[in-house]
Amino acid sequence: MNRNGPIALIFHVLFLGFLLAPILIVCAVAFTSQGYLSLPTEGLSLRWFRAIGDNPEFIRAFKDSLLLGAVSSTLAILVAVPAALAIARHQFFGREAIQALFLSPLMVPHIVLGIAFLRFFTMIGLGGTFAGLVLSHVIIILPFALRLILAASTGMDRAVENAAASLGASSWTCFRRVTLPLILPGVASGWVLAFINSFDEVTMTVFIASPETTTLPVRLFLYIQDNIDPLVAAVSAVLIFLTVAAMLVLDRVYGLERLLVGKGRD
Amino acid sequence: MSMAASTDSQVQATAANPSTHAPPPRRPRRWPWTPYLLSAPGLALFAVLLLVPLVMTFLLSLNSFSFYGGIENVWQIGNYADIIADSYFHEVFLRTFRIAAVVTLLCALFGAPEAYILRRMKSPWRGLCLLIVLGPLLISVVSRTLGWALLFGSTGLVNQGLMAMGLIATPIEFMYTETGVIIALTHVLVPFMVLSVWASLQRLDPQVENAALSLGAGPLTVMRRVVLPQIVPGILSGSIIVFALAASAFATPAIIGGRRLKVAATLAYDEFLNTLNWPLGATVAVLLLIANVVIIVGCNRLVERRYKQVFE
Repeated sequence: MNRNGPIALIFHVLFLGFLLAPILIVCAVAFTSQGYLSLPTEGLSLRWFRAIGDNPEFIRAFKDSLLLGAVSSTLAILVAVPAALAIARHQFFGREAIQALFLSPLMVPHIVLGIAFLRFFTMIGLGGTFAGLVLSHVIIILPFALRLILAASTGMDRAVENAAASLGASSWTCFRRVTLPLILPGVASGWVLAFINSFDEVTMTVFIASPETTTLPVRLFLYIQDNIDPLVAAVSAVLIFLTVAAMLVLDRVYGLERLLVGKGRD
Repeated sequence: MSMAASTDSQVQATAANPSTHAPPPRRPRRWPWTPYLLSAPGLALFAVLLLVPLVMTFLLSLNSFSFYGGIENVWQIGNYADIIADSYFHEVFLRTFRIAAVVTLLCALFGAPEAYILRRMKSPWRGLCLLIVLGPLLISVVSRTLGWALLFGSTGLVNQGLMAMGLIATPIEFMYTETGVIIALTHVLVPFMVLSVWASLQRLDPQVENAALSLGAGPLTVMRRVVLPQIVPGILSGSIIVFALAASAFATPAIIGGRRLKVAATLAYDEFLNTLNWPLGATVAVLLLIANVVIIVGCNRLVERRYKQVFE
Protein backbone atom coordinates (compact mmCIF):
# COMPACT_ATOMS: atom_id res chain seq x y z
CA MET A 1 0.00 0.00 0.00
CA ASN A 2 1.17 3.55 0.64
CA ARG A 3 4.70 3.26 1.90
CA ASN A 4 7.61 5.61 2.02
CA GLY A 5 10.43 4.78 -0.35
CA PRO A 6 14.13 4.89 0.61
CA ILE A 7 14.56 8.45 -0.64
CA ALA A 8 11.62 9.58 1.47
CA LEU A 9 13.08 7.87 4.53
CA ILE A 10 16.50 9.45 4.01
CA PHE A 11 14.82 12.86 3.68
CA HIS A 12 12.83 12.14 6.82
CA VAL A 13 15.93 11.22 8.86
CA LEU A 14 17.77 14.34 7.67
CA PHE A 15 14.75 16.48 8.50
CA LEU A 16 14.50 15.10 12.04
CA GLY A 17 18.27 15.55 12.42
CA PHE A 18 17.93 19.19 11.39
CA LEU A 19 15.16 19.72 13.95
CA LEU A 20 16.99 17.96 16.78
CA ALA A 21 20.55 19.21 16.18
CA PRO A 22 20.38 22.61 17.92
CA ILE A 23 18.37 21.19 20.82
CA LEU A 24 20.80 18.32 21.36
CA ILE A 25 23.86 20.56 21.15
CA VAL A 26 22.52 22.81 23.90
CA CYS A 27 22.05 19.78 26.15
CA ALA A 28 25.50 18.43 25.24
CA VAL A 29 27.38 21.67 25.87
CA ALA A 30 25.63 22.02 29.23
CA PHE A 31 27.47 18.90 30.44
CA THR A 32 30.95 20.18 29.59
CA SER A 33 33.59 20.06 32.31
CA GLN A 34 35.53 22.96 30.80
CA GLY A 35 35.23 26.59 31.76
CA TYR A 36 34.42 27.60 28.21
CA LEU A 37 31.99 26.50 25.48
CA SER A 38 32.92 23.04 24.29
CA LEU A 39 31.51 19.59 23.78
CA PRO A 40 31.93 17.29 26.79
CA THR A 41 34.74 15.27 25.20
CA GLU A 42 36.60 14.70 28.48
CA GLY A 43 33.79 13.24 30.51
CA LEU A 44 30.49 14.65 31.68
CA SER A 45 30.27 17.19 34.42
CA LEU A 46 27.41 18.79 36.31
CA ARG A 47 29.38 21.87 37.33
CA TRP A 48 27.37 24.22 35.13
CA PHE A 49 24.09 22.93 36.49
CA ARG A 50 25.43 23.57 40.00
CA ALA A 51 26.47 27.05 38.82
CA ILE A 52 22.81 27.90 38.18
CA GLY A 53 22.35 27.79 41.95
CA ASP A 54 24.94 30.58 42.33
CA ASN A 55 22.94 32.81 40.00
CA PRO A 56 19.72 33.44 41.90
CA GLU A 57 18.45 35.81 39.20
CA PHE A 58 17.80 32.82 36.92
CA ILE A 59 15.90 31.00 39.67
CA ARG A 60 13.87 34.12 40.45
CA ALA A 61 13.08 34.68 36.76
CA PHE A 62 11.98 31.06 36.48
CA LYS A 63 9.60 31.46 39.44
CA ASP A 64 8.28 34.71 37.99
CA SER A 65 7.70 33.00 34.64
CA LEU A 66 5.75 30.18 36.28
CA LEU A 67 3.62 32.58 38.31
CA LEU A 68 3.04 34.86 35.32
CA GLY A 69 2.01 31.91 33.14
CA ALA A 70 -0.36 30.52 35.76
CA VAL A 71 -2.04 33.83 36.62
CA SER A 72 -2.39 35.09 33.06
CA SER A 73 -3.72 31.81 31.64
CA THR A 74 -6.24 31.54 34.45
CA LEU A 75 -7.43 35.09 33.77
CA ALA A 76 -7.51 34.39 30.02
CA ILE A 77 -9.70 31.32 30.63
CA LEU A 78 -12.09 33.29 32.85
CA VAL A 79 -12.58 35.80 30.04
CA ALA A 80 -12.51 33.29 27.18
CA VAL A 81 -15.12 30.81 28.46
CA PRO A 82 -18.11 33.18 28.44
CA ALA A 83 -16.92 34.76 25.19
CA ALA A 84 -16.58 31.35 23.54
CA LEU A 85 -20.05 30.34 24.71
CA ALA A 86 -21.50 33.56 23.30
CA ILE A 87 -19.78 33.08 19.94
CA ALA A 88 -20.42 29.35 19.67
CA ARG A 89 -24.09 29.24 20.49
CA HIS A 90 -25.70 32.60 19.82
CA GLN A 91 -26.50 34.30 16.56
CA PHE A 92 -26.16 38.01 17.19
CA PHE A 93 -25.22 41.22 15.50
CA GLY A 94 -21.46 41.70 15.41
CA ARG A 95 -20.66 38.05 16.23
CA GLU A 96 -18.03 37.72 13.51
CA ALA A 97 -16.47 41.08 14.38
CA ILE A 98 -16.20 40.12 18.06
CA GLN A 99 -14.58 36.81 17.18
CA ALA A 100 -12.15 38.56 14.83
CA LEU A 101 -11.25 41.05 17.58
CA PHE A 102 -10.54 38.27 20.08
CA LEU A 103 -8.32 36.45 17.55
CA SER A 104 -6.62 39.63 16.29
CA PRO A 105 -3.58 39.49 18.65
CA LEU A 106 -2.42 36.56 16.49
CA MET A 107 -1.99 38.98 13.60
CA VAL A 108 -0.14 41.72 15.47
CA PRO A 109 3.64 41.19 15.61
CA HIS A 110 4.76 40.84 19.21
CA ILE A 111 7.37 43.54 18.70
CA VAL A 112 4.53 45.97 17.94
CA LEU A 113 2.63 44.89 21.05
CA GLY A 114 5.78 45.30 23.12
CA ILE A 115 6.21 48.88 21.91
CA ALA A 116 2.52 49.65 22.37
CA PHE A 117 2.43 48.27 25.92
CA LEU A 118 5.70 49.94 26.94
CA ARG A 119 4.27 53.33 26.05
CA PHE A 120 0.81 52.61 27.48
CA PHE A 121 2.00 51.12 30.78
CA THR A 122 4.50 53.93 31.31
CA MET A 123 1.68 56.45 30.94
CA ILE A 124 -0.78 54.75 33.29
CA GLY A 125 1.88 53.91 35.87
CA LEU A 126 2.05 50.16 35.31
CA GLY A 127 5.51 50.28 33.74
CA GLY A 128 7.74 47.43 34.85
CA THR A 129 5.14 45.94 37.20
CA PHE A 130 3.98 42.37 37.47
CA ALA A 131 0.38 43.50 36.87
CA GLY A 132 1.42 45.01 33.55
CA LEU A 133 3.08 41.75 32.51
CA VAL A 134 -0.05 39.78 33.44
CA LEU A 135 -2.41 42.08 31.53
CA SER A 136 -0.28 42.08 28.39
CA HIS A 137 0.11 38.30 28.49
CA VAL A 138 -3.65 37.82 28.88
CA ILE A 139 -4.13 39.68 25.59
CA ILE A 140 -1.64 37.59 23.59
CA ILE A 141 -2.63 34.18 24.97
CA LEU A 142 -6.39 34.66 24.91
CA PRO A 143 -6.75 33.69 21.21
CA PHE A 144 -5.10 30.31 21.86
CA ALA A 145 -7.41 29.55 24.77
CA LEU A 146 -10.46 30.88 22.95
CA ARG A 147 -9.95 28.69 19.90
CA LEU A 148 -9.80 25.45 21.85
CA ILE A 149 -12.79 26.36 24.03
CA LEU A 150 -14.68 27.45 20.92
CA ALA A 151 -14.01 24.09 19.26
CA ALA A 152 -15.18 22.26 22.40
CA SER A 153 -18.39 24.26 22.77
CA THR A 154 -19.31 24.10 19.07
CA GLY A 155 -19.01 20.33 19.05
CA MET A 156 -21.08 19.91 22.19
CA ASP A 157 -24.49 18.22 22.23
CA ARG A 158 -26.98 20.84 23.39
CA ALA A 159 -29.81 18.40 23.96
CA VAL A 160 -28.25 17.61 27.35
CA GLU A 161 -28.55 21.24 28.40
CA ASN A 162 -32.14 21.41 27.24
CA ALA A 163 -32.85 18.28 29.24
CA ALA A 164 -31.31 19.84 32.35
CA ALA A 165 -33.28 23.04 31.85
CA SER A 166 -36.53 21.19 31.32
CA LEU A 167 -35.91 19.28 34.53
CA GLY A 168 -35.84 22.59 36.37
CA ALA A 169 -32.13 23.44 36.60
CA SER A 170 -31.39 27.13 36.75
CA SER A 171 -29.09 28.50 34.08
CA TRP A 172 -26.21 28.73 36.56
CA THR A 173 -26.70 25.12 37.72
CA CYS A 174 -27.01 24.11 34.10
CA PHE A 175 -23.68 25.78 33.30
CA ARG A 176 -21.88 24.44 36.37
CA ARG A 177 -23.19 20.88 36.29
CA VAL A 178 -23.75 20.23 32.58
CA THR A 179 -22.01 22.66 30.22
CA LEU A 180 -18.73 23.16 32.08
CA PRO A 181 -17.98 19.44 32.55
CA LEU A 182 -18.68 18.88 28.85
CA ILE A 183 -16.34 21.61 27.62
CA LEU A 184 -13.75 20.96 30.36
CA PRO A 185 -11.27 19.13 28.08
CA GLY A 186 -11.25 22.16 25.80
CA VAL A 187 -10.89 24.53 28.76
CA ALA A 188 -8.05 22.50 30.28
CA SER A 189 -6.11 22.24 27.03
CA GLY A 190 -6.78 25.92 26.37
CA TRP A 191 -5.22 26.70 29.74
CA VAL A 192 -2.17 24.57 28.97
CA LEU A 193 -1.63 26.10 25.53
CA ALA A 194 -2.07 29.59 27.00
CA PHE A 195 0.43 28.78 29.75
CA ILE A 196 3.02 27.53 27.25
CA ASN A 197 2.60 30.59 25.08
CA SER A 198 2.94 32.89 28.06
CA PHE A 199 5.96 30.99 29.38
CA ASP A 200 7.80 31.09 26.04
CA GLU A 201 7.00 34.70 25.12
CA VAL A 202 10.11 36.84 24.80
CA THR A 203 9.70 39.50 22.08
CA MET A 204 6.92 41.47 23.74
CA THR A 205 8.04 40.81 27.31
CA VAL A 206 11.54 42.16 26.72
CA PHE A 207 9.97 45.63 26.36
CA ILE A 208 7.81 45.59 29.46
CA ALA A 209 9.87 43.53 31.89
CA SER A 210 12.00 45.39 34.41
CA PRO A 211 15.16 44.13 36.11
CA GLU A 212 13.06 43.38 39.21
CA THR A 213 10.25 41.52 37.43
CA THR A 214 11.42 39.58 34.46
CA THR A 215 10.81 36.19 32.89
CA LEU A 216 13.27 33.40 32.27
CA PRO A 217 13.31 33.68 28.43
CA VAL A 218 13.91 37.43 28.70
CA ARG A 219 16.69 36.91 31.25
CA LEU A 220 18.25 34.30 28.95
CA PHE A 221 17.90 36.51 25.90
CA LEU A 222 19.55 39.52 27.53
CA TYR A 223 22.32 37.31 28.93
CA ILE A 224 22.99 35.75 25.50
CA GLN A 225 23.19 39.19 23.90
CA ASP A 226 26.16 39.97 26.14
CA ASN A 227 27.94 36.64 26.12
CA ILE A 228 27.32 32.97 25.50
CA ASP A 229 28.82 30.63 28.08
CA PRO A 230 28.11 27.10 29.34
CA LEU A 231 25.90 28.60 32.06
CA VAL A 232 23.18 29.69 29.59
CA ALA A 233 23.48 26.31 27.93
CA ALA A 234 22.81 24.68 31.32
CA VAL A 235 19.81 26.92 32.02
CA SER A 236 18.48 26.24 28.51
CA ALA A 237 19.04 22.52 28.97
CA VAL A 238 16.99 22.53 32.19
CA LEU A 239 14.28 24.41 30.33
CA ILE A 240 14.38 21.86 27.50
CA PHE A 241 14.19 18.89 29.91
CA LEU A 242 11.19 20.40 31.67
CA THR A 243 9.44 21.18 28.37
CA VAL A 244 10.02 17.67 27.05
CA ALA A 245 8.68 16.16 30.27
CA ALA A 246 5.58 18.38 30.11
CA MET A 247 5.19 17.51 26.44
CA LEU A 248 5.23 13.77 27.06
CA VAL A 249 2.59 14.10 29.78
CA LEU A 250 0.51 16.35 27.54
CA ASP A 251 0.77 13.95 24.63
CA ARG A 252 -0.38 11.04 26.81
CA VAL A 253 -3.26 12.93 28.37
CA TYR A 254 -4.56 15.01 25.50
CA GLY A 255 -2.60 14.42 22.29
CA LEU A 256 -0.07 16.95 21.09
CA GLU A 257 -1.42 17.00 17.56
CA ARG A 258 -4.90 17.77 18.83
CA LEU A 259 -3.59 20.56 21.03
CA LEU A 260 -1.55 22.21 18.27
CA VAL A 261 -3.75 21.60 15.24
CA GLY A 262 -6.45 23.03 17.44
CA LYS A 263 -9.37 20.76 16.74
CA GLY A 264 -10.92 17.88 18.62
CA ARG A 265 -10.61 14.33 17.42
CA ASP A 266 -14.35 13.79 17.68
CA MET B 1 -1.31 32.33 13.53
CA SER B 2 -1.43 29.17 11.51
CA MET B 3 -3.91 28.03 13.75
CA ALA B 4 -5.93 31.16 13.17
CA ALA B 5 -5.93 30.76 9.45
CA SER B 6 -6.78 27.10 9.25
CA THR B 7 -9.02 26.51 12.23
CA ASP B 8 -11.00 29.67 11.75
CA SER B 9 -12.59 28.43 8.60
CA GLN B 10 -13.21 25.10 10.26
CA VAL B 11 -14.85 26.61 13.28
CA GLN B 12 -17.04 28.73 11.10
CA ALA B 13 -17.85 25.80 8.88
CA THR B 14 -19.02 23.72 11.83
CA ALA B 15 -20.95 26.65 13.20
CA ALA B 16 -22.67 27.17 9.87
CA ASN B 17 -23.98 23.65 9.44
CA PRO B 18 -25.31 22.43 12.77
CA SER B 19 -24.42 18.85 13.56
CA THR B 20 -27.02 16.19 13.03
CA HIS B 21 -28.02 15.67 16.63
CA ALA B 22 -28.20 19.33 17.60
CA PRO B 23 -31.62 20.87 18.11
CA PRO B 24 -32.98 23.06 15.33
CA PRO B 25 -31.19 26.41 15.35
CA ARG B 26 -34.33 28.50 15.85
CA ARG B 27 -35.07 28.44 19.53
CA PRO B 28 -36.84 31.09 21.52
CA ARG B 29 -34.35 33.54 23.04
CA ARG B 30 -35.29 34.68 26.45
CA TRP B 31 -33.01 37.65 26.33
CA PRO B 32 -31.22 39.08 23.32
CA TRP B 33 -28.45 40.67 25.40
CA THR B 34 -26.98 37.40 26.69
CA PRO B 35 -24.18 37.07 24.08
CA TYR B 36 -23.12 40.68 24.58
CA LEU B 37 -23.06 40.27 28.34
CA LEU B 38 -21.01 37.10 28.00
CA SER B 39 -18.41 38.73 25.79
CA ALA B 40 -18.43 42.05 27.69
CA PRO B 41 -15.43 41.30 29.95
CA GLY B 42 -13.33 40.33 26.95
CA LEU B 43 -14.50 43.31 24.92
CA ALA B 44 -13.69 45.74 27.72
CA LEU B 45 -10.26 44.14 28.20
CA PHE B 46 -9.43 44.27 24.49
CA ALA B 47 -10.70 47.82 24.05
CA VAL B 48 -8.55 49.15 26.91
CA LEU B 49 -5.51 46.91 26.51
CA LEU B 50 -5.27 46.32 22.78
CA LEU B 51 -7.01 49.06 20.83
CA VAL B 52 -5.96 51.98 23.03
CA PRO B 53 -2.23 51.04 23.11
CA LEU B 54 -2.19 50.44 19.34
CA VAL B 55 -3.87 53.77 18.61
CA MET B 56 -1.42 55.45 21.01
CA THR B 57 1.49 53.85 19.15
CA PHE B 58 0.17 55.27 15.90
CA LEU B 59 -0.14 58.72 17.48
CA LEU B 60 3.38 58.38 18.90
CA SER B 61 4.69 57.69 15.40
CA LEU B 62 3.44 61.14 14.38
CA ASN B 63 5.40 62.90 17.14
CA SER B 64 8.82 64.31 16.51
CA PHE B 65 12.01 63.63 18.43
CA SER B 66 15.20 65.51 19.06
CA PHE B 67 18.19 64.46 21.13
CA TYR B 68 17.93 67.50 23.41
CA GLY B 69 14.20 68.12 23.54
CA GLY B 70 13.05 64.50 23.64
CA ILE B 71 9.61 63.64 22.31
CA GLU B 72 7.62 66.65 21.12
CA ASN B 73 3.87 66.60 20.96
CA VAL B 74 3.43 67.73 17.40
CA TRP B 75 1.47 65.95 14.72
CA GLN B 76 3.36 65.41 11.50
CA ILE B 77 4.35 62.61 9.18
CA GLY B 78 8.05 63.44 9.22
CA ASN B 79 9.05 60.02 10.56
CA TYR B 80 7.33 58.26 7.70
CA ALA B 81 8.95 60.65 5.22
CA ASP B 82 12.35 59.96 6.84
CA ILE B 83 11.94 56.22 6.46
CA ILE B 84 10.75 56.50 2.87
CA ALA B 85 13.64 58.80 1.95
CA ASP B 86 16.49 57.04 3.79
CA SER B 87 18.27 54.22 1.99
CA TYR B 88 19.39 52.74 5.34
CA PHE B 89 15.76 51.94 6.19
CA HIS B 90 15.12 50.64 2.67
CA GLU B 91 17.98 48.23 3.16
CA VAL B 92 16.63 47.01 6.53
CA PHE B 93 13.07 46.51 5.26
CA LEU B 94 14.31 44.88 2.05
CA ARG B 95 16.52 42.52 4.06
CA THR B 96 13.59 41.69 6.35
CA PHE B 97 11.34 40.71 3.47
CA ARG B 98 14.12 38.90 1.61
CA ILE B 99 14.86 36.77 4.67
CA ALA B 100 11.13 36.12 5.19
CA ALA B 101 10.66 35.10 1.55
CA VAL B 102 13.60 32.69 1.52
CA VAL B 103 12.55 31.19 4.88
CA THR B 104 9.00 30.70 3.56
CA LEU B 105 10.30 28.99 0.44
CA LEU B 106 12.59 26.68 2.43
CA CYS B 107 9.79 25.81 4.88
CA ALA B 108 7.45 24.92 2.01
CA LEU B 109 10.17 22.93 0.25
CA PHE B 110 11.01 20.83 3.32
CA GLY B 111 7.89 21.04 5.48
CA ALA B 112 5.32 19.91 2.91
CA PRO B 113 7.11 16.66 1.88
CA GLU B 114 7.79 15.93 5.56
CA ALA B 115 4.08 16.22 6.40
CA TYR B 116 3.27 13.84 3.53
CA ILE B 117 5.92 11.35 4.67
CA LEU B 118 4.62 11.56 8.24
CA ARG B 119 1.11 10.72 7.12
CA ARG B 120 2.31 7.62 5.31
CA MET B 121 4.11 6.29 8.39
CA LYS B 122 2.73 3.48 10.54
CA SER B 123 1.24 3.97 13.96
CA PRO B 124 3.97 3.86 16.62
CA TRP B 125 6.54 5.67 14.47
CA ARG B 126 4.13 8.28 13.29
CA GLY B 127 3.26 9.47 16.79
CA LEU B 128 6.90 9.58 17.84
CA CYS B 129 8.03 11.48 14.74
CA LEU B 130 5.14 13.91 15.02
CA LEU B 131 6.25 14.57 18.58
CA ILE B 132 9.79 15.33 17.39
CA VAL B 133 8.52 17.64 14.64
CA LEU B 134 5.95 19.54 16.70
CA GLY B 135 7.80 19.44 20.01
CA PRO B 136 10.23 22.26 19.16
CA LEU B 137 7.20 24.59 18.94
CA LEU B 138 6.86 24.29 22.71
CA ILE B 139 10.55 24.82 23.48
CA SER B 140 11.53 28.43 24.06
CA VAL B 141 12.74 30.12 20.89
CA VAL B 142 15.69 31.53 22.83
CA SER B 143 16.95 28.02 23.68
CA ARG B 144 16.53 26.87 20.08
CA THR B 145 18.37 29.87 18.70
CA LEU B 146 21.11 29.40 21.29
CA GLY B 147 21.56 25.91 19.83
CA TRP B 148 22.19 27.41 16.39
CA ALA B 149 24.58 29.97 17.83
CA LEU B 150 26.53 27.07 19.37
CA LEU B 151 26.46 25.05 16.14
CA PHE B 152 27.55 28.01 14.01
CA GLY B 153 29.96 29.70 16.35
CA SER B 154 31.88 28.41 19.31
CA THR B 155 31.87 24.69 18.55
CA GLY B 156 31.76 25.27 14.79
CA LEU B 157 30.20 21.86 14.38
CA VAL B 158 28.39 22.79 11.16
CA ASN B 159 31.57 23.92 9.43
CA GLN B 160 33.56 20.94 10.74
CA GLY B 161 30.90 18.59 9.41
CA LEU B 162 30.70 20.28 6.02
CA MET B 163 34.48 20.26 5.66
CA ALA B 164 34.75 16.62 6.75
CA MET B 165 32.23 15.71 4.06
CA GLY B 166 34.35 17.62 1.57
CA LEU B 167 31.50 19.96 0.69
CA ILE B 168 33.43 23.13 1.46
CA ALA B 169 37.13 23.92 1.62
CA THR B 170 37.09 26.92 3.95
CA PRO B 171 34.67 27.60 6.83
CA ILE B 172 31.50 29.54 5.97
CA GLU B 173 30.64 32.50 8.19
CA PHE B 174 27.19 31.83 9.66
CA MET B 175 27.11 34.09 12.70
CA TYR B 176 26.02 37.67 11.93
CA THR B 177 25.08 36.74 8.35
CA GLU B 178 21.80 36.41 6.50
CA THR B 179 22.54 32.74 5.79
CA GLY B 180 22.75 32.03 9.51
CA VAL B 181 19.53 33.92 10.29
CA ILE B 182 17.72 32.12 7.45
CA ILE B 183 18.80 28.66 8.65
CA ALA B 184 17.85 29.34 12.27
CA LEU B 185 14.50 30.93 11.34
CA THR B 186 13.66 28.02 9.05
CA HIS B 187 14.28 25.72 12.00
CA VAL B 188 12.06 27.82 14.26
CA LEU B 189 9.19 28.12 11.78
CA VAL B 190 9.11 24.89 9.76
CA PRO B 191 6.85 23.09 12.30
CA PHE B 192 4.11 25.59 11.42
CA MET B 193 4.32 24.53 7.79
CA VAL B 194 4.20 20.84 8.70
CA LEU B 195 1.16 21.52 10.90
CA SER B 196 -0.66 23.41 8.18
CA VAL B 197 -0.01 20.80 5.47
CA TRP B 198 -0.79 18.04 7.96
CA ALA B 199 -4.20 19.61 8.61
CA SER B 200 -4.98 19.69 4.89
CA LEU B 201 -3.79 16.09 4.47
CA GLN B 202 -6.34 14.99 7.08
CA ARG B 203 -9.03 15.71 4.53
CA LEU B 204 -7.37 13.61 1.84
CA ASP B 205 -8.70 10.03 1.71
CA PRO B 206 -5.76 7.63 1.10
CA GLN B 207 -8.13 5.45 -0.91
CA VAL B 208 -8.26 8.15 -3.60
CA GLU B 209 -4.55 7.64 -4.21
CA ASN B 210 -5.07 3.88 -4.37
CA ALA B 211 -7.91 4.39 -6.82
CA ALA B 212 -5.66 6.47 -9.07
CA LEU B 213 -2.90 3.84 -8.83
CA SER B 214 -5.27 1.01 -9.66
CA LEU B 215 -6.51 2.95 -12.67
CA GLY B 216 -2.96 2.94 -14.02
CA ALA B 217 -1.57 6.29 -12.89
CA GLY B 218 2.14 6.30 -12.08
CA PRO B 219 3.35 7.53 -8.68
CA LEU B 220 4.40 10.86 -10.16
CA THR B 221 1.02 11.40 -11.78
CA VAL B 222 -0.70 10.55 -8.49
CA MET B 223 1.48 13.09 -6.72
CA ARG B 224 0.87 15.80 -9.31
CA ARG B 225 -2.81 15.23 -10.08
CA VAL B 226 -4.20 13.88 -6.80
CA VAL B 227 -2.07 14.78 -3.78
CA LEU B 228 -0.67 18.18 -4.71
CA PRO B 229 -3.99 19.86 -5.60
CA GLN B 230 -5.30 18.80 -2.20
CA ILE B 231 -2.39 20.10 -0.13
CA VAL B 232 -1.70 23.34 -2.02
CA PRO B 233 -4.16 25.27 0.19
CA GLY B 234 -2.33 23.90 3.23
CA ILE B 235 1.02 24.97 1.80
CA LEU B 236 -0.35 28.42 1.00
CA SER B 237 -1.90 29.06 4.40
CA GLY B 238 1.27 27.68 6.00
CA SER B 239 3.30 30.08 3.86
CA ILE B 240 1.23 33.05 5.04
CA ILE B 241 1.90 32.18 8.67
CA VAL B 242 5.59 31.48 8.15
CA PHE B 243 6.12 34.65 6.13
CA ALA B 244 4.31 36.83 8.68
CA LEU B 245 6.19 35.29 11.61
CA ALA B 246 9.54 35.47 9.79
CA ALA B 247 9.05 39.11 8.80
CA SER B 248 8.31 40.11 12.39
CA ALA B 249 10.75 37.70 14.08
CA PHE B 250 12.86 39.28 16.77
CA ALA B 251 14.78 36.95 19.09
CA THR B 252 16.40 34.82 16.37
CA PRO B 253 17.68 37.70 14.18
CA ALA B 254 18.78 39.52 17.34
CA ILE B 255 20.92 36.59 18.54
CA ILE B 256 22.21 35.24 15.21
CA GLY B 257 22.26 38.52 13.28
CA GLY B 258 23.58 40.57 16.16
CA ARG B 259 23.66 44.34 16.09
CA ARG B 260 25.31 44.43 12.69
CA LEU B 261 22.63 42.65 10.67
CA LYS B 262 19.44 44.54 11.43
CA VAL B 263 15.91 43.54 10.46
CA ALA B 264 12.72 45.57 11.01
CA ALA B 265 12.01 44.14 14.46
CA THR B 266 15.55 44.59 15.81
CA LEU B 267 15.62 48.09 14.30
CA ALA B 268 12.46 49.05 16.20
CA TYR B 269 13.95 47.54 19.38
CA ASP B 270 17.16 49.55 19.04
CA GLU B 271 15.31 52.79 18.34
CA PHE B 272 13.19 52.21 21.40
CA LEU B 273 15.63 50.92 23.98
CA ASN B 274 19.05 52.15 22.81
CA THR B 275 18.64 55.33 20.75
CA LEU B 276 15.48 56.19 22.72
CA ASN B 277 13.91 57.69 19.59
CA TRP B 278 10.46 56.36 20.47
CA PRO B 279 8.57 58.12 17.66
CA LEU B 280 10.84 56.57 15.02
CA GLY B 281 10.62 53.14 16.68
CA ALA B 282 6.83 53.48 16.74
CA THR B 283 6.88 54.38 13.03
CA VAL B 284 8.81 51.20 12.20
CA ALA B 285 6.34 49.23 14.33
CA VAL B 286 3.31 50.77 12.61
CA LEU B 287 4.76 49.99 9.17
CA LEU B 288 5.51 46.42 10.24
CA LEU B 289 1.98 46.01 11.61
CA ILE B 290 0.38 47.36 8.43
CA ALA B 291 2.54 45.13 6.22
CA ASN B 292 1.69 42.14 8.38
CA VAL B 293 -2.06 42.71 8.41
CA VAL B 294 -2.17 43.44 4.67
CA ILE B 295 -0.23 40.26 3.88
CA ILE B 296 -2.21 37.98 6.22
CA VAL B 297 -5.68 39.30 5.40
CA GLY B 298 -4.97 39.81 1.70
CA CYS B 299 -3.38 36.41 1.12
CA ASN B 300 -6.00 34.62 3.20
CA ARG B 301 -8.73 36.18 1.06
CA LEU B 302 -6.94 35.16 -2.14
CA VAL B 303 -6.31 31.60 -0.97
CA GLU B 304 -9.85 31.14 0.26
CA ARG B 305 -11.37 32.47 -2.94
CA ARG B 306 -9.12 30.41 -5.16
CA TYR B 307 -9.61 27.17 -3.23
CA LYS B 308 -13.15 27.65 -2.08
CA GLN B 309 -14.24 24.13 -2.91
CA VAL B 310 -11.33 22.62 -0.97
CA PHE B 311 -12.12 24.58 2.18
CA GLU B 312 -15.80 23.67 2.16
